[in-house]
Amino acid sequence: MKRAPDAVEIAPGTHWIGALDPGLREFDIILKTANGTTYNSYCVRGTNGVAVIDTVKLSHADEFFGRLEQVARYNEISTIVLNHLEPDHSGALPELMRRAPQAKLYISAKAQLMLKALVKSTDLQFNIVKTGDSVDLGGRTLRFFSTPFLHWPDTQCTLVAEQGILFSGDVFGCHFCDDRLFNDRVGDFRFSFEYYYQHIMRPFREHVLDALELLEPLPLKLIAPAHGPILREAPLSYMQRYRQLASPLLHNEVGANDRSLLVFYISSYGNTARMAQAVAEGAETIPGVRVSLYDLQAGGDLPFVDLIEEADGIAFGSPTINGDAVKPVWDLLSSLAMIKVSDKLGAAFGSYGWSGEAINMIEDRLRGLKLRVPVKGVRARLIPTDEELDQCRNLGKQLARHLTGNIEKRVISMSELITQEPSHA
Amino acid sequence: MPKANVTFEKLGITISVPAGTRLIEISEKVGASITYGCREGECGSCIMKISSGMEHMSERSVLEDKVLQENMAGRSDRLACQAQVLGGDITVKA
Repeated sequence: MKRAPDAVEIAPGTHWIGALDPGLREFDIILKTANGTTYNSYCVRGTNGVAVIDTVKLSHADEFFGRLEQVARYNEISTIVLNHLEPDHSGALPELMRRAPQAKLYISAKAQLMLKALVKSTDLQFNIVKTGDSVDLGGRTLRFFSTPFLHWPDTQCTLVAEQGILFSGDVFGCHFCDDRLFNDRVGDFRFSFEYYYQHIMRPFREHVLDALELLEPLPLKLIAPAHGPILREAPLSYMQRYRQLASPLLHNEVGANDRSLLVFYISSYGNTARMAQAVAEGAETIPGVRVSLYDLQAGGDLPFVDLIEEADGIAFGSPTINGDAVKPVWDLLSSLAMIKVSDKLGAAFGSYGWSGEAINMIEDRLRGLKLRVPVKGVRARLIPTDEELDQCRNLGKQLARHLTGNIEKRVISMSELITQEPSHA
Repeated sequence: MPKANVTFEKLGITISVPAGTRLIEISEKVGASITYGCREGECGSCIMKISSGMEHMSERSVLEDKVLQENMAGRSDRLACQAQVLGGDITVKA
Protein backbone atom coordinates (compact mmCIF):
# COMPACT_ATOMS: atom_id res chain seq x y z
CA MET A 1 0.00 0.00 0.00
CA LYS A 2 1.10 3.57 -0.61
CA ARG A 3 1.56 6.26 2.00
CA ALA A 4 -1.51 7.10 4.04
CA PRO A 5 -3.66 9.62 2.18
CA ASP A 6 -4.26 13.20 3.19
CA ALA A 7 -7.80 14.26 4.01
CA VAL A 8 -9.99 12.66 1.37
CA GLU A 9 -13.06 14.33 -0.07
CA ILE A 10 -15.92 11.82 -0.02
CA ALA A 11 -18.53 14.30 -1.33
CA PRO A 12 -18.38 18.03 -2.10
CA GLY A 13 -17.24 19.79 1.08
CA THR A 14 -17.24 16.58 3.12
CA HIS A 15 -13.93 14.90 3.96
CA TRP A 16 -12.60 11.80 5.64
CA ILE A 17 -10.11 12.98 8.27
CA GLY A 18 -9.62 9.73 10.20
CA ALA A 19 -6.56 7.68 11.05
CA LEU A 20 -5.10 4.40 9.86
CA ASP A 21 -3.85 1.74 12.28
CA PRO A 22 -2.44 -0.96 10.01
CA GLY A 23 -0.32 -2.57 12.73
CA LEU A 24 -3.17 -3.43 15.09
CA ARG A 25 -3.66 -7.19 15.41
CA GLU A 26 -6.18 -7.43 18.21
CA PHE A 27 -8.96 -4.98 19.01
CA ASP A 28 -10.41 -4.70 22.51
CA ILE A 29 -9.09 -8.16 23.40
CA ILE A 30 -11.97 -9.92 21.66
CA LEU A 31 -11.39 -9.22 17.97
CA LYS A 32 -8.60 -10.31 15.66
CA THR A 33 -7.60 -7.66 13.14
CA ALA A 34 -5.58 -9.34 10.41
CA ASN A 35 -4.63 -6.12 8.66
CA GLY A 36 -5.37 -3.53 11.31
CA THR A 37 -8.22 -1.06 11.41
CA THR A 38 -9.13 2.53 10.72
CA TYR A 39 -10.65 5.13 13.01
CA ASN A 40 -12.84 7.10 10.65
CA SER A 41 -13.82 10.64 11.36
CA TYR A 42 -15.26 13.16 9.02
CA CYS A 43 -15.54 16.90 8.43
CA VAL A 44 -18.63 18.49 6.89
CA ARG A 45 -18.48 22.08 5.64
CA GLY A 46 -21.60 24.21 5.38
CA THR A 47 -21.90 27.91 4.59
CA ASN A 48 -22.51 28.75 8.24
CA GLY A 49 -20.29 26.28 10.00
CA VAL A 50 -18.07 23.24 9.98
CA ALA A 51 -18.87 19.99 11.74
CA VAL A 52 -16.52 17.26 12.88
CA ILE A 53 -18.15 13.84 13.10
CA ASP A 54 -16.39 11.53 15.59
CA THR A 55 -12.71 11.61 16.47
CA VAL A 56 -10.07 8.87 16.76
CA LYS A 57 -8.18 6.82 19.32
CA LEU A 58 -5.89 9.01 21.40
CA SER A 59 -2.76 7.30 20.07
CA HIS A 60 -3.70 8.48 16.57
CA ALA A 61 -4.76 12.02 17.45
CA ASP A 62 -1.86 13.69 15.62
CA GLU A 63 -2.86 12.02 12.37
CA PHE A 64 -6.45 13.15 12.86
CA PHE A 65 -5.58 16.75 13.70
CA GLY A 66 -3.16 16.87 10.76
CA ARG A 67 -5.93 15.93 8.35
CA LEU A 68 -8.49 18.17 10.03
CA GLU A 69 -6.14 21.15 9.66
CA GLN A 70 -5.94 20.48 5.91
CA VAL A 71 -9.65 21.16 5.49
CA ALA A 72 -10.71 23.53 8.31
CA ARG A 73 -9.46 26.08 10.81
CA TYR A 74 -10.27 25.39 14.43
CA ASN A 75 -12.18 28.67 14.79
CA GLU A 76 -14.48 27.59 11.96
CA ILE A 77 -15.65 24.46 13.76
CA SER A 78 -19.16 25.09 15.03
CA THR A 79 -20.27 21.53 15.66
CA ILE A 80 -18.83 18.29 17.00
CA VAL A 81 -20.91 15.14 16.79
CA LEU A 82 -19.99 11.97 18.59
CA ASN A 83 -22.05 9.05 17.38
CA HIS A 84 -20.44 6.71 19.90
CA LEU A 85 -18.29 7.43 22.95
CA GLU A 86 -16.03 4.39 22.95
CA PRO A 87 -12.40 5.55 23.39
CA ASP A 88 -11.41 4.66 19.82
CA HIS A 89 -13.82 7.37 18.66
CA SER A 90 -13.66 9.83 21.51
CA GLY A 91 -9.93 9.70 22.31
CA ALA A 92 -9.10 12.99 20.60
CA LEU A 93 -12.28 14.75 21.80
CA PRO A 94 -10.86 16.58 24.84
CA GLU A 95 -8.05 18.07 22.75
CA LEU A 96 -10.44 18.96 19.92
CA MET A 97 -12.70 20.75 22.40
CA ARG A 98 -9.68 22.59 23.76
CA ARG A 99 -8.64 23.70 20.26
CA ALA A 100 -12.17 24.59 19.17
CA PRO A 101 -13.79 25.83 22.40
CA GLN A 102 -16.64 27.53 20.54
CA ALA A 103 -17.85 24.28 19.00
CA LYS A 104 -21.09 22.78 20.31
CA LEU A 105 -20.98 19.08 21.13
CA TYR A 106 -23.92 16.85 20.13
CA ILE A 107 -24.39 13.42 21.69
CA SER A 108 -27.20 11.01 22.53
CA ALA A 109 -28.81 11.07 25.97
CA LYS A 110 -27.20 7.79 26.95
CA ALA A 111 -23.77 9.14 26.01
CA GLN A 112 -23.77 11.61 28.92
CA LEU A 113 -22.49 9.08 31.43
CA MET A 114 -19.62 8.03 29.24
CA LEU A 115 -18.78 11.60 28.29
CA LYS A 116 -18.46 12.60 31.93
CA ALA A 117 -16.27 9.58 32.58
CA LEU A 118 -14.04 10.36 29.62
CA VAL A 119 -13.77 14.14 29.88
CA LYS A 120 -13.06 14.97 33.48
CA SER A 121 -14.37 18.49 33.44
CA THR A 122 -16.82 20.14 35.80
CA ASP A 123 -18.20 22.63 33.27
CA LEU A 124 -18.76 20.27 30.39
CA GLN A 125 -21.25 21.70 27.87
CA PHE A 126 -23.11 19.44 25.48
CA ASN A 127 -26.40 19.09 23.64
CA ILE A 128 -28.54 15.97 23.76
CA VAL A 129 -30.06 14.91 20.43
CA LYS A 130 -32.47 12.21 19.33
CA THR A 131 -34.28 11.05 16.21
CA GLY A 132 -35.87 14.07 14.53
CA ASP A 133 -33.33 16.60 15.80
CA SER A 134 -31.07 18.40 13.37
CA VAL A 135 -28.31 20.98 13.12
CA ASP A 136 -28.15 23.44 10.21
CA LEU A 137 -24.63 24.14 8.96
CA GLY A 138 -25.89 26.25 6.04
CA GLY A 139 -26.67 24.15 2.97
CA ARG A 140 -25.76 21.06 4.97
CA THR A 141 -28.18 19.68 7.53
CA LEU A 142 -27.12 17.09 10.07
CA ARG A 143 -30.05 14.88 11.03
CA PHE A 144 -29.76 12.56 14.00
CA PHE A 145 -31.10 9.05 14.39
CA SER A 146 -31.16 7.28 17.74
CA THR A 147 -29.91 3.73 17.20
CA PRO A 148 -29.15 2.52 20.73
CA PHE A 149 -27.25 -0.66 21.56
CA LEU A 150 -25.34 -0.81 18.30
CA HIS A 151 -23.27 -1.77 20.17
CA TRP A 152 -23.37 0.49 23.22
CA PRO A 153 -26.39 2.17 24.78
CA ASP A 154 -25.17 5.52 23.46
CA THR A 155 -24.91 4.81 19.74
CA GLN A 156 -26.54 7.02 17.13
CA CYS A 157 -26.24 7.77 13.41
CA THR A 158 -25.97 11.15 11.70
CA LEU A 159 -27.19 11.92 8.19
CA VAL A 160 -26.07 14.77 5.92
CA ALA A 161 -29.49 15.19 4.41
CA GLU A 162 -28.49 17.09 1.25
CA GLN A 163 -25.76 14.60 0.34
CA GLY A 164 -27.37 11.33 1.41
CA ILE A 165 -24.34 10.51 3.57
CA LEU A 166 -24.91 8.44 6.68
CA PHE A 167 -22.25 8.62 9.36
CA SER A 168 -23.17 5.34 10.94
CA GLY A 169 -20.71 4.92 13.80
CA ASP A 170 -19.79 1.28 14.34
CA VAL A 171 -22.82 0.03 12.41
CA PHE A 172 -21.85 -1.22 8.94
CA GLY A 173 -18.22 -0.88 9.96
CA CYS A 174 -15.43 -3.41 10.21
CA HIS A 175 -11.82 -3.72 11.20
CA PHE A 176 -10.05 -3.49 7.88
CA CYS A 177 -7.26 -1.09 7.07
CA ASP A 178 -6.68 -0.05 3.49
CA ASP A 179 -5.63 3.45 2.48
CA ARG A 180 -7.71 3.23 -0.67
CA LEU A 181 -10.61 3.86 1.74
CA PHE A 182 -13.61 3.20 -0.53
CA ASN A 183 -15.32 -0.16 -0.77
CA ASP A 184 -14.98 -0.24 -4.55
CA ARG A 185 -11.21 0.22 -4.33
CA VAL A 186 -9.99 -1.62 -1.21
CA GLY A 187 -9.10 -5.31 -0.96
CA ASP A 188 -11.66 -7.98 -0.22
CA PHE A 189 -13.11 -7.07 3.15
CA ARG A 190 -16.19 -9.31 3.15
CA PHE A 191 -14.79 -11.55 5.87
CA SER A 192 -14.06 -8.55 8.08
CA PHE A 193 -17.54 -7.15 7.59
CA GLU A 194 -19.20 -10.43 8.58
CA TYR A 195 -16.76 -11.07 11.43
CA TYR A 196 -17.40 -7.63 12.85
CA TYR A 197 -21.16 -8.13 12.76
CA GLN A 198 -20.90 -11.54 14.43
CA HIS A 199 -18.74 -10.29 17.27
CA ILE A 200 -20.01 -6.77 17.82
CA MET A 201 -23.59 -6.47 16.63
CA ARG A 202 -24.98 -9.98 16.96
CA PRO A 203 -25.84 -9.82 20.67
CA PHE A 204 -28.03 -6.82 19.81
CA ARG A 205 -29.83 -8.15 16.78
CA GLU A 206 -33.23 -6.93 17.94
CA HIS A 207 -31.78 -3.44 18.11
CA VAL A 208 -30.20 -3.94 14.69
CA LEU A 209 -33.65 -4.64 13.27
CA ASP A 210 -35.08 -1.55 15.02
CA ALA A 211 -32.29 0.58 13.56
CA LEU A 212 -32.84 -0.81 10.08
CA GLU A 213 -36.49 0.21 10.24
CA LEU A 214 -35.24 3.73 10.84
CA LEU A 215 -32.39 3.78 8.34
CA GLU A 216 -33.62 1.72 5.40
CA PRO A 217 -36.12 4.35 4.16
CA LEU A 218 -33.40 7.02 3.95
CA PRO A 219 -32.26 8.09 0.48
CA LEU A 220 -28.65 7.10 1.02
CA LYS A 221 -25.83 7.55 -1.46
CA LEU A 222 -22.99 6.68 0.85
CA ILE A 223 -22.47 5.06 4.25
CA ALA A 224 -19.49 6.36 6.16
CA PRO A 225 -18.87 4.08 9.15
CA ALA A 226 -16.43 4.70 11.98
CA HIS A 227 -14.22 1.72 11.08
CA GLY A 228 -13.18 0.21 7.77
CA PRO A 229 -14.09 1.01 4.18
CA ILE A 230 -16.42 3.84 3.23
CA LEU A 231 -19.38 2.27 1.46
CA ARG A 232 -20.11 4.29 -1.68
CA GLU A 233 -20.68 1.41 -4.12
CA ALA A 234 -24.09 -0.20 -3.50
CA PRO A 235 -24.34 1.07 0.10
CA LEU A 236 -27.83 -0.34 0.54
CA SER A 237 -26.55 -3.87 -0.07
CA TYR A 238 -24.72 -3.62 3.26
CA MET A 239 -27.97 -2.73 4.98
CA GLN A 240 -29.63 -5.67 3.29
CA ARG A 241 -26.84 -7.92 4.50
CA TYR A 242 -27.38 -6.63 8.05
CA ARG A 243 -31.04 -7.51 7.77
CA GLN A 244 -30.14 -11.02 6.65
CA LEU A 245 -27.64 -11.42 9.47
CA ALA A 246 -30.06 -10.11 12.09
CA SER A 247 -32.86 -12.39 10.97
CA PRO A 248 -33.08 -15.85 12.53
CA LEU A 249 -30.26 -18.02 11.25
CA LEU A 250 -32.05 -21.31 11.34
CA HIS A 251 -35.27 -22.48 9.85
CA ASN A 252 -37.10 -23.09 13.07
CA GLU A 253 -39.62 -25.86 12.79
CA VAL A 254 -41.07 -25.23 16.20
CA GLY A 255 -44.60 -23.97 15.72
CA ALA A 256 -45.28 -20.30 16.25
CA ASN A 257 -46.93 -20.97 19.58
CA ASP A 258 -44.57 -23.73 20.65
CA ARG A 259 -41.56 -23.27 22.88
CA SER A 260 -38.17 -24.80 22.27
CA LEU A 261 -36.12 -26.45 25.01
CA LEU A 262 -32.56 -27.63 24.35
CA VAL A 263 -31.01 -30.18 26.69
CA PHE A 264 -27.21 -30.34 26.49
CA TYR A 265 -25.20 -32.94 28.34
CA ILE A 266 -21.81 -34.51 28.59
CA SER A 267 -21.27 -37.81 30.34
CA SER A 268 -18.29 -39.99 31.29
CA TYR A 269 -20.10 -43.18 32.26
CA GLY A 270 -23.56 -42.58 30.89
CA ASN A 271 -25.07 -41.37 34.19
CA THR A 272 -25.52 -37.72 33.27
CA ALA A 273 -26.68 -38.90 29.84
CA ARG A 274 -29.49 -40.91 31.47
CA MET A 275 -30.45 -37.90 33.52
CA ALA A 276 -30.54 -35.78 30.34
CA GLN A 277 -32.81 -38.31 28.70
CA ALA A 278 -35.13 -38.17 31.71
CA VAL A 279 -35.20 -34.33 31.68
CA ALA A 280 -36.13 -34.45 27.98
CA GLU A 281 -38.80 -37.13 28.58
CA GLY A 282 -40.37 -35.06 31.31
CA ALA A 283 -40.43 -31.90 29.24
CA GLU A 284 -41.98 -33.70 26.28
CA THR A 285 -45.03 -34.61 28.33
CA ILE A 286 -46.07 -30.97 28.36
CA PRO A 287 -47.91 -29.92 25.19
CA GLY A 288 -46.45 -26.95 23.35
CA VAL A 289 -42.80 -27.70 24.06
CA ARG A 290 -40.37 -29.07 21.49
CA VAL A 291 -37.39 -30.73 23.15
CA SER A 292 -33.97 -31.37 21.58
CA LEU A 293 -31.20 -33.42 23.16
CA TYR A 294 -27.52 -32.87 22.35
CA ASP A 295 -24.30 -34.51 23.47
CA LEU A 296 -21.75 -31.71 23.93
CA GLN A 297 -18.92 -34.07 23.05
CA ALA A 298 -20.21 -34.49 19.55
CA GLY A 299 -20.93 -30.91 18.58
CA GLY A 300 -19.15 -27.62 18.14
CA ASP A 301 -19.69 -24.50 20.17
CA LEU A 302 -20.69 -22.33 17.22
CA PRO A 303 -23.54 -24.51 15.91
CA PHE A 304 -24.79 -24.83 19.49
CA VAL A 305 -24.61 -21.08 19.95
CA ASP A 306 -26.78 -20.72 16.83
CA LEU A 307 -29.29 -23.19 18.29
CA ILE A 308 -29.37 -21.48 21.67
CA GLU A 309 -29.97 -18.10 20.05
CA GLU A 310 -33.30 -19.41 18.75
CA ALA A 311 -34.29 -21.46 21.81
CA ASP A 312 -36.57 -20.47 24.68
CA GLY A 313 -34.95 -22.65 27.32
CA ILE A 314 -31.63 -24.44 27.83
CA ALA A 315 -30.64 -27.12 30.32
CA PHE A 316 -27.09 -28.28 30.92
CA GLY A 317 -26.06 -31.65 32.29
CA SER A 318 -22.51 -31.98 33.53
CA PRO A 319 -20.66 -34.38 35.77
CA THR A 320 -18.63 -32.84 38.55
CA ILE A 321 -14.93 -33.54 38.08
CA ASN A 322 -12.43 -32.07 40.53
CA GLY A 323 -15.13 -29.89 42.02
CA ASP A 324 -16.09 -28.25 38.76
CA ALA A 325 -18.27 -28.58 35.70
CA VAL A 326 -16.29 -29.92 32.77
CA LYS A 327 -14.55 -27.78 30.16
CA PRO A 328 -16.89 -28.39 27.18
CA VAL A 329 -19.73 -26.98 29.32
CA TRP A 330 -17.74 -23.88 30.22
CA ASP A 331 -16.58 -23.47 26.63
CA LEU A 332 -20.16 -23.32 25.43
CA LEU A 333 -21.33 -21.13 28.32
CA SER A 334 -18.50 -18.67 27.69
CA SER A 335 -19.51 -18.48 24.03
CA LEU A 336 -22.98 -17.22 24.86
CA ALA A 337 -21.82 -13.63 25.29
CA MET A 338 -22.04 -13.29 21.49
CA ILE A 339 -25.82 -13.75 21.44
CA LYS A 340 -28.77 -12.46 23.39
CA VAL A 341 -29.78 -15.00 26.02
CA SER A 342 -31.33 -12.84 28.71
CA ASP A 343 -34.81 -13.89 29.73
CA LYS A 344 -34.44 -17.42 28.42
CA LEU A 345 -34.98 -20.18 30.95
CA GLY A 346 -32.03 -22.14 32.26
CA ALA A 347 -31.44 -25.25 34.34
CA ALA A 348 -28.67 -27.64 35.34
CA PHE A 349 -28.33 -31.25 36.40
CA GLY A 350 -25.66 -33.92 36.61
CA SER A 351 -24.10 -36.94 38.20
CA TYR A 352 -21.18 -36.66 40.60
CA GLY A 353 -18.86 -38.79 42.70
CA TRP A 354 -18.02 -36.86 45.82
CA SER A 355 -19.31 -33.32 45.92
CA GLY A 356 -21.43 -32.26 42.93
CA GLU A 357 -20.54 -28.57 42.69
CA ALA A 358 -21.08 -28.40 38.94
CA ILE A 359 -24.83 -27.85 39.16
CA ASN A 360 -24.70 -24.74 41.30
CA MET A 361 -21.79 -23.37 39.31
CA ILE A 362 -23.67 -23.75 36.03
CA GLU A 363 -26.78 -22.19 37.55
CA ASP A 364 -24.71 -19.21 38.76
CA ARG A 365 -23.30 -18.73 35.28
CA LEU A 366 -26.78 -18.92 33.75
CA ARG A 367 -28.07 -16.28 36.17
CA GLY A 368 -25.02 -14.19 35.40
CA LEU A 369 -26.08 -14.29 31.77
CA LYS A 370 -29.47 -13.01 32.99
CA LEU A 371 -31.34 -16.22 32.33
CA ARG A 372 -34.10 -17.16 34.71
CA VAL A 373 -33.32 -20.31 36.67
CA PRO A 374 -36.68 -21.07 38.24
CA VAL A 375 -36.33 -24.78 39.00
CA LYS A 376 -33.85 -26.37 41.32
CA GLY A 377 -31.30 -28.53 39.52
CA VAL A 378 -31.00 -32.27 40.15
CA ARG A 379 -27.83 -33.93 41.40
CA ALA A 380 -27.31 -37.69 41.55
CA ARG A 381 -24.41 -39.50 43.13
CA LEU A 382 -22.89 -41.73 40.43
CA ILE A 383 -25.67 -43.92 39.01
CA PRO A 384 -29.02 -42.14 39.26
CA THR A 385 -31.72 -44.06 41.11
CA ASP A 386 -35.24 -44.40 39.72
CA GLU A 387 -36.28 -41.72 42.19
CA GLU A 388 -33.56 -39.38 40.96
CA LEU A 389 -34.53 -40.02 37.37
CA ASP A 390 -38.09 -39.11 38.35
CA GLN A 391 -36.71 -35.87 39.80
CA CYS A 392 -35.07 -35.26 36.42
CA ARG A 393 -38.38 -35.88 34.64
CA ASN A 394 -39.99 -33.46 37.04
CA LEU A 395 -37.28 -30.89 36.33
CA GLY A 396 -38.08 -31.22 32.63
CA LYS A 397 -41.81 -30.92 33.31
CA GLN A 398 -41.40 -27.86 35.49
CA LEU A 399 -39.16 -26.18 32.95
CA ALA A 400 -41.67 -26.94 30.21
CA ARG A 401 -44.49 -25.52 32.34
CA HIS A 402 -42.52 -22.33 32.87
CA LEU A 403 -41.84 -22.15 29.14
CA THR A 404 -45.51 -22.47 28.29
CA GLY A 405 -46.66 -20.17 31.08
CA ASN A 406 -48.52 -23.12 32.59
CA ILE A 407 -47.08 -22.79 36.07
CA GLU A 408 -48.62 -23.51 39.41
CA LYS A 409 -48.74 -20.24 41.27
CA ARG A 410 -47.25 -20.58 44.74
CA VAL A 411 -46.95 -18.45 47.84
CA ILE A 412 -44.04 -19.02 50.20
CA SER A 413 -42.37 -17.07 52.95
CA MET A 414 -38.93 -15.50 52.81
CA SER A 415 -37.71 -17.86 55.52
CA GLU A 416 -38.83 -20.87 53.46
CA LEU A 417 -37.08 -19.37 50.46
CA ILE A 418 -33.86 -18.89 52.39
CA THR A 419 -33.81 -22.41 53.75
CA GLN A 420 -33.91 -23.74 50.20
CA GLU A 421 -30.75 -23.68 48.13
CA PRO A 422 -29.99 -20.33 46.54
CA SER A 423 -32.25 -19.25 43.73
CA HIS A 424 -34.61 -22.19 43.71
CA ALA A 425 -38.06 -21.27 44.75
CA MET B 1 -43.30 -7.44 61.95
CA PRO B 2 -45.16 -5.93 58.96
CA LYS B 3 -45.09 -8.13 55.89
CA ALA B 4 -45.23 -7.51 52.17
CA ASN B 5 -46.17 -9.94 49.40
CA VAL B 6 -43.96 -9.72 46.34
CA THR B 7 -45.16 -11.57 43.25
CA PHE B 8 -42.79 -12.39 40.41
CA GLU B 9 -45.09 -12.50 37.39
CA LYS B 10 -43.02 -14.63 35.05
CA LEU B 11 -42.01 -17.10 37.73
CA GLY B 12 -45.51 -17.41 39.13
CA ILE B 13 -44.36 -17.17 42.72
CA THR B 14 -45.30 -14.89 45.58
CA ILE B 15 -42.93 -14.38 48.48
CA SER B 16 -44.08 -13.07 51.82
CA VAL B 17 -41.22 -10.95 53.14
CA PRO B 18 -40.56 -8.66 56.12
CA ALA B 19 -41.11 -4.97 55.44
CA GLY B 20 -37.85 -3.27 54.57
CA THR B 21 -36.50 -6.10 52.39
CA ARG B 22 -34.74 -4.94 49.26
CA LEU B 23 -36.04 -6.35 45.98
CA ILE B 24 -32.65 -7.74 45.03
CA GLU B 25 -32.56 -9.92 48.13
CA ILE B 26 -35.75 -11.61 46.98
CA SER B 27 -35.09 -11.70 43.26
CA GLU B 28 -31.78 -13.46 43.70
CA LYS B 29 -33.31 -16.14 45.87
CA VAL B 30 -36.17 -16.92 43.53
CA GLY B 31 -33.98 -17.27 40.46
CA ALA B 32 -35.12 -14.16 38.63
CA SER B 33 -32.61 -13.08 36.05
CA ILE B 34 -31.16 -10.21 38.01
CA THR B 35 -27.89 -10.89 39.71
CA TYR B 36 -24.72 -9.10 38.92
CA GLY B 37 -23.85 -5.43 38.74
CA CYS B 38 -22.47 -2.99 41.26
CA ARG B 39 -25.24 -3.62 43.82
CA GLU B 40 -24.68 -0.08 45.04
CA GLY B 41 -27.15 1.84 42.92
CA GLU B 42 -24.69 3.14 40.37
CA CYS B 43 -24.64 0.91 37.31
CA GLY B 44 -28.36 0.60 36.62
CA SER B 45 -28.08 -3.06 35.59
CA CYS B 46 -30.73 -4.20 38.08
CA ILE B 47 -33.53 -1.96 36.79
CA MET B 48 -36.79 -3.79 37.41
CA LYS B 49 -40.32 -2.97 36.32
CA ILE B 50 -43.01 -2.81 38.99
CA SER B 51 -46.34 -3.93 37.54
CA SER B 52 -48.37 -2.90 40.56
CA GLY B 53 -47.96 -1.81 44.15
CA MET B 54 -45.49 1.02 43.63
CA GLU B 55 -47.21 2.80 46.52
CA HIS B 56 -45.88 0.06 48.78
CA MET B 57 -42.28 0.68 47.76
CA SER B 58 -39.79 2.96 49.49
CA GLU B 59 -39.34 6.44 48.01
CA ARG B 60 -36.59 6.79 45.46
CA SER B 61 -33.40 8.07 47.04
CA VAL B 62 -31.53 10.92 45.35
CA LEU B 63 -29.01 8.39 44.05
CA GLU B 64 -31.63 5.99 42.72
CA ASP B 65 -33.54 8.82 41.11
CA LYS B 66 -30.41 10.08 39.38
CA VAL B 67 -29.43 6.65 38.04
CA LEU B 68 -32.97 5.93 36.84
CA GLN B 69 -33.11 9.27 35.04
CA GLU B 70 -29.71 8.69 33.44
CA ASN B 71 -30.98 5.38 32.16
CA MET B 72 -34.19 6.99 30.91
CA ALA B 73 -36.21 4.63 33.08
CA GLY B 74 -39.96 4.99 33.26
CA ARG B 75 -42.10 5.73 36.30
CA SER B 76 -42.68 2.06 36.93
CA ASP B 77 -38.97 1.23 37.03
CA ARG B 78 -36.89 0.80 40.16
CA LEU B 79 -33.39 -0.32 41.01
CA ALA B 80 -33.74 -3.73 42.65
CA CYS B 81 -30.63 -3.11 44.76
CA GLN B 82 -32.08 0.09 46.22
CA ALA B 83 -35.86 -0.26 46.37
CA GLN B 84 -37.34 -1.69 49.56
CA VAL B 85 -40.78 -3.20 49.97
CA LEU B 86 -42.74 -1.60 52.82
CA GLY B 87 -45.92 -3.69 52.93
CA GLY B 88 -48.99 -4.67 50.93
CA ASP B 89 -48.97 -6.47 47.58
CA ILE B 90 -46.35 -5.76 44.97
CA THR B 91 -46.01 -7.39 41.55
CA VAL B 92 -42.82 -7.22 39.50
CA LYS B 93 -42.15 -8.17 35.89
CA ALA B 94 -39.60 -10.90 36.41
